[in-house]
Amino acid sequence: MIRLLLAALLFASPALAQRSGYDDASVQTRAMQDDDSANPGFLWVRHGEELWSQPTGTAGKSCANCHNAPDTLRNVAARYPAWDATLARPITLVQRINRCRESHQGTTALAPDNDIMLALSALVGLQSRGTKIVVANDGPLAPFLADGARLFRQRQGQLNLSCANCHDDRAGQRLGGSIIPEGHANGYPQYRLEWQGLGSFNRRLRSCLIGVRAEPYGPASAEAVAIELYLMQRAGGLTVETPSVRP
Amino acid sequence: MAGIARSLLPLSLSLWASVAVAGDAGRGRALLADRTKSLCVLCHMVPGAAAHLQGSLAPDLHGVGARYTEAELAAHITMPERFNPETIMPSYGRTDGLTNVGRAWLGKPVMAPGQIEDIVAYLLTLKDAP
Ligand code: HEC
Ligand code: HEC
Repeated sequence: MIRLLLAALLFASPALAQRSGYDDASVQTRAMQDDDSANPGFLWVRHGEELWSQPTGTAGKSCANCHNAPDTLRNVAARYPAWDATLARPITLVQRINRCRESHQGTTALAPDNDIMLALSALVGLQSRGTKIVVANDGPLAPFLADGARLFRQRQGQLNLSCANCHDDRAGQRLGGSIIPEGHANGYPQYRLEWQGLGSFNRRLRSCLIGVRAEPYGPASAEAVAIELYLMQRAGGLTVETPSVRP
Repeated sequence: MAGIARSLLPLSLSLWASVAVAGDAGRGRALLADRTKSLCVLCHMVPGAAAHLQGSLAPDLHGVGARYTEAELAAHITMPERFNPETIMPSYGRTDGLTNVGRAWLGKPVMAPGQIEDIVAYLLTLKDAP
């Protein structure tokens, strides 16, 4: 019973309605995200559409061979990271795409910020744009979520700050002039003006970890997956914005 | 708060005495405004820095030289957690008790004692309230 209560406390969506980073962005940045022809993320989406029907790998298969049109994957990104029964652990959308590449296409896994992966994950993410995020928080995912929540609250790095110090406790305040957003993972891959390019959730995570002078978690590490899982669960109720645009 | 600070003063004074030589306020001024070396402006408002580049996470440092002594200022920078155990201000003199420090920073304090002295010398000149 106490366990259940604790779990409920830990994973209950925050009492206050979540605020997307979109709401903290400037009028111009929001306008860029709202207009597909002005949103630079669509350059990657278009590339993804080309790649979609190109056969690759030793199996000589394209995504289209198994999934038909991209919109058959509607709403999928809104429930990732998700449990992978074969691996017996949660996997991110990028890892899911890599599983298809390796086992169905017979080609190599790609890093999250590889241009091909950005294109494919932007295209798949777009199919869930506007869909409410619902990541399961029970069953076998529970311990992984607990890990993510713990890491989010863990002070770290030379500056000894936790993600929660900024994104739970000080969202809306200014860090050196930038508004601190609530830190939701609801729009990845994301076009950042600062990057002048599209970037994965892992790239964002890396920036914040380097910001506190911590050793960044590798994209395939258990830590990175647990934090992404926790953040997507925490963003529950917000909608997917891929490809989002941020400062 | 003031009580805590007073009770810690002997400790901070002795620590300070071991490193204190006169800092250079000019160098301190430049350091204070440096977003990557001292990081102070990420959280604090400081005189002379562009308003839109300053933080709002911490008290305004205008007038801080009138509110604190040299030793108190040094203590605030080297061990802010003594004043507020939950503080988000990094402990500028500390290298232990930290988790997952980036390889490039491992074993190094955020700033060298000489740089802290320079900053303290400059903070002492900040007598005017905002
Ligand atoms: C010292 C403050 C601070 C800490 C600590 C911090 N962040 Fe951030 N984070 C920021 C700021 C500021 C931004 C926004 C940057 C911008 O918009 O220019 C941000 C952006 C983000 C975003 C992007 C939100 C969006 O709308 O796309 C995510 C996700 C995020 N952080 C996650 C994390 C995680 C996970 C951690 C811990 C590992 C962390 N942050 C630690 C300050 C921080
Ligand atoms: C990540 C945030 C952060 C950074 C970086 C930071 N501080 Fe602070 N500082 C705070 C906070 C928050 C307080 C308020 C008291 C507390 O919670 O510790 C504070 C308090 C102080 C005080 C006491 C002010 C008062 O009016 O009581 C001084 C002096 C001070 N800081 C100086 C500095 C200097 C100098 C630097 C850079 C070398 C610096 N701080 C960097 C967050 C920060």
